[in-house]
Amino acid sequence: MLRRVFVSGVSWAYLAIVYAFIFLPVAVLVLFSFQDGRLPVPPFNGFSTQWYEAVFVDRKLMAALGNSMLVAICSSVVSCVLGFLAAYSLARYKLPGSALQRGLLIAPMTVSYLIIALGLLALLNALHMPLSLLTVGIGHVVINLPLCFAIIYASMGDHQINIERAARDLGANDFKVMALVTAPMLMPSILAAFFLSVTFSWDEFIIAFLLSRFDVTLPVEIWSMLRSGLNPKTNAIGSLVFLASVALLLILEFSLFGRTKKQ
Amino acid sequence: MTATTLEDADRRKAWGFAAPALLWTLAFFVVPFLFMAAMSLWKREGREIVRVWNLDNYLRFFSESALLQGLVNSLEITVIVTVLSVLLAYPLAWIIAERVPKRFQRMALILAILPFWTSYVVRSYSWLLVLSKNGVINQMLTGLGLIAEPLEIASTRTATVIGFVHFFVMLLTLTIYSNLIQLSPNYRRAAADLGANAFQTFWHVVLPLTLPGIMTGAFLTFVLCIGDYVTPQILGGNNELVLPQIIMLQLGRRADFPMAAALSIILMLAVTVAYVLCARWLKIERA
Repeated sequence: MLRRVFVSGVSWAYLAIVYAFIFLPVAVLVLFSFQDGRLPVPPFNGFSTQWYEAVFVDRKLMAALGNSMLVAICSSVVSCVLGFLAAYSLARYKLPGSALQRGLLIAPMTVSYLIIALGLLALLNALHMPLSLLTVGIGHVVINLPLCFAIIYASMGDHQINIERAARDLGANDFKVMALVTAPMLMPSILAAFFLSVTFSWDEFIIAFLLSRFDVTLPVEIWSMLRSGLNPKTNAIGSLVFLASVALLLILEFSLFGRTKKQ
Repeated sequence: MTATTLEDADRRKAWGFAAPALLWTLAFFVVPFLFMAAMSLWKREGREIVRVWNLDNYLRFFSESALLQGLVNSLEITVIVTVLSVLLAYPLAWIIAERVPKRFQRMALILAILPFWTSYVVRSYSWLLVLSKNGVINQMLTGLGLIAEPLEIASTRTATVIGFVHFFVMLLTLTIYSNLIQLSPNYRRAAADLGANAFQTFWHVVLPLTLPGIMTGAFLTFVLCIGDYVTPQILGGNNELVLPQIIMLQLGRRADFPMAAALSIILMLAVTVAYVLCARWLKIERA
């Protein structure tokens, strides 16, 4: 009995310590984003929202935020559409070499982003192609396409085939079957792929850093803010990004995943 | 039942649907990669890239200690991070799976990986707030009178390791937890019936059964950690450079793209070796 109390005491203590470790940097980040002063380190001088105001009037930061959203949404839409089409083809038709095709589509997942970015940069330089948000988007599709393909392909079970066949018997062509039958049936996993891909693209640094020039995304802009050292404004934008991600996560948890759990 | 013989029209259609994704991957992943591999066999002279096939970059890697040291630093940090992360994450996953009441488990897990969703660059920056010379830890310790001089943690390998472990503990907790809850309680009951105590049950039954999950998570940690530039650059500073930092240096000041390409290939080889080691080890476990 005493031993059980001891074991459970140690367990809860361990839980508390590791949670403290996990939350320490985030707590410090958010707390000192409200710092009334120039340094985001102790002592805490008082509560102020001046750094949030500074974030919202910073044109470059707001432009980077817009760029990030644009790149994240566009690259995720392209990844989902291409991933869906490929998954449909590979799951519904037995093409020769389909294992090879699957392997090729998944391959970018196994290579570090740095190497993917360097390869693209080398090629774009050799072709004298200018760097822009478009090239960042191309890079983000390369890393997100495997993810979208894998998620959507995994959810294409054989049990949906008969419904698709029925639609075809009733005169629907392939595009109609895909748009009106397959895609709605797979909507939970397509949305999961889309949102996961948005989060990855939104947060991606090295590809965006190497493949952009004048217009940059948010992580790259935050990176250049770091050169000025510790700054409560960086805390403020960091806290805002964290808040946005957590909000998105909660929406997903309660809408999307909540629904799939019930089914 | 799925597909019998394909008509020509069907085959054309199937290729048509798969083509965009395949072409994208070929054009923007395979071709760039092959181009980079070729480039690693060229060399830089002045600001020009000379397309003469040679092994100079690779030979230089093994003869120049600063470059080789980068790989050594990378490997050391990655191995330390992987081991520490597994050691920290396993008990956490176990406590959440075993001690936390069922209906709170999902919440405990979401809470445990919440900081995962801070921006990657920002996460390293927040550790700087904690670890820097006038940061939270130093001010707390000097305030309590435990140390007279602030500790130099930022811009050291320790800071890099802390930043990495923080990230990967969250990742590994997730993979190990999902492994633990799939475990049927019957194994443990059987072990207990046969007279094993709690420790023996864990050591001989639970741990071996969760080993594949640990290895998968550890391999993921290894791959993501060894290829990362952000955390070592922000937290480790310029004292002990890791391979990705050296690669980025080639791009910047030196504009030596062939050398950067060669170092990237070496980085990839390191990952491949790790994969081969892990895969073989897993196979032995299964046999």
